[in-house]
Amino acid sequence: MPGILHSLPYFVAAWLLLCGLYGLVTSKHLVHAVVCLAILQSSTYMLLLAIGYRVGGSAPIFADISTSKLVVDPVVQALMLTDVVVEAVVVALLLAMVVKAHEKSGSVSPNDLRTLRG
Amino acid sequence: MMIWFGAGLLLLIGATGAAVVCTRNVTNQVLALGFYGLLLALMFFVFQAPDVALSQITVGAVALPLMVMLAIARMRFRDRARSAAQGSSSSEGRHD
Amino acid sequence: MTERARNSLFFIAGGVLLFLYAYAALNLPAWGSYRGPYGDAIARVAVYERHVTDIVNAINYDYRGFDTLGEEFILFTAVLGVSMLLRKEEGALKRPASRLQDDAGLSAAVRAVNLPALLVTTVFGLYIGLHGQLTPGGGFQAGVILATGAVLVYVCENTGAFRRITSHALVEITEAFGAGGYAIIGIAPLLAGLPFLCNFIPLGTTGDVFSSGTIALISACVGLEVTASFVLVVYIYLQEIIAGAFPEED
Repeated sequence: MPGILHSLPYFVAAWLLLCGLYGLVTSKHLVHAVVCLAILQSSTYMLLLAIGYRVGGSAPIFADISTSKLVVDPVVQALMLTDVVVEAVVVALLLAMVVKAHEKSGSVSPNDLRTLRG
Repeated sequence: MMIWFGAGLLLLIGATGAAVVCTRNVTNQVLALGFYGLLLALMFFVFQAPDVALSQITVGAVALPLMVMLAIARMRFRDRARSAAQGSSSSEGRHD
Repeated sequence: MTERARNSLFFIAGGVLLFLYAYAALNLPAWGSYRGPYGDAIARVAVYERHVTDIVNAINYDYRGFDTLGEEFILFTAVLGVSMLLRKEEGALKRPASRLQDDAGLSAAVRAVNLPALLVTTVFGLYIGLHGQLTPGGGFQAGVILATGAVLVYVCENTGAFRRITSHALVEITEAFGAGGYAIIGIAPLLAGLPFLCNFIPLGTTGDVFSSGTIALISACVGLEVTASFVLVVYIYLQEIIAGAFPEED
């Protein structure tokens, strides 16, 4: 395997992290900021799954292969599986806060919603 | 062979992630997010993770853009209701 | 802090992060050379210990079942937060004068394809949920697939049918039952002197649908809860928009 492929997934994960952070910092619309947060989360999926990968390993499902075959790491996949579904509902919660802020103040830009008002 | 396909897919994911962030219009960003979710699911298949890929297809390409679209729709509904209420109240004031 | 100062601070911090991250990533073992012992150990024993062929779901609902219990409660609490934030308030905005156009502009082809698509989606979701311990699938994926059935009804049919399905109290009861059921399956072994979340039901033969003890049960509970959560969230978001079409009710 060529040298660059030794760490390409890790660098793509870092690139996605920085893209998400950049979008979050320079966002002018709260919903755009929430979507950039979703991109941030997907970078962690990429990193964890890349760590568990094994060249020549198959998926950890033994329904049709013998139990002595080498498989990739199933533990990180178990962590990711629940995370992907829970992320969608947490994004819904964040968007509910955005909808409420828009309802109360009429604006949806982060710069207008700076100060806390009682 | 599979390695080069995986490497190309990784670069495509990086480019799509940057594209999703750079799309400032929220409605367009929803579509880009759906495409990004599908690409990620394909990448999870290359990583030999079918469970996670199934989760990502159903959530990242269907449920997550759906949630964002619902929020946008609700905010737009509020805007229209508010402007309709203001329009009717201002016209009543003129008839006074 | 002004915008320029914020952006320049981000670029400086991002550069430092990238430099340190590159130094760390280049010193990691090469991608594809997994040598951790934990994954190999589980993959070797899980089929014999739990009579299950999908190792990922065995880890999710049995070996690390406590983590999944926590994740399920995160889901439950998030839906609780959404329903509290977006509840109907006193003195809310008056409904707009124009009624919402119900099934206007929907072609007959769209409405004709609704029932077959709904049937296929429901059967597929149930299949994925019941076979979680054999093939990729399980409660989480099945819940999302079944919830998209309700969204199909909203997209293809009139909003009346969607409202009748999702505003029923049964949705909330199902969600509570799914979340509580998982906890009860965990507490039940305690009454017999076994550890919390122990797999105490007979395990059955590998490859059957009714195998692997509590894994299939927990998967079903999680599927119920995720379905009800997503349906509830979609209904809460659409509540105002649908209510515009039925002004005589409140």
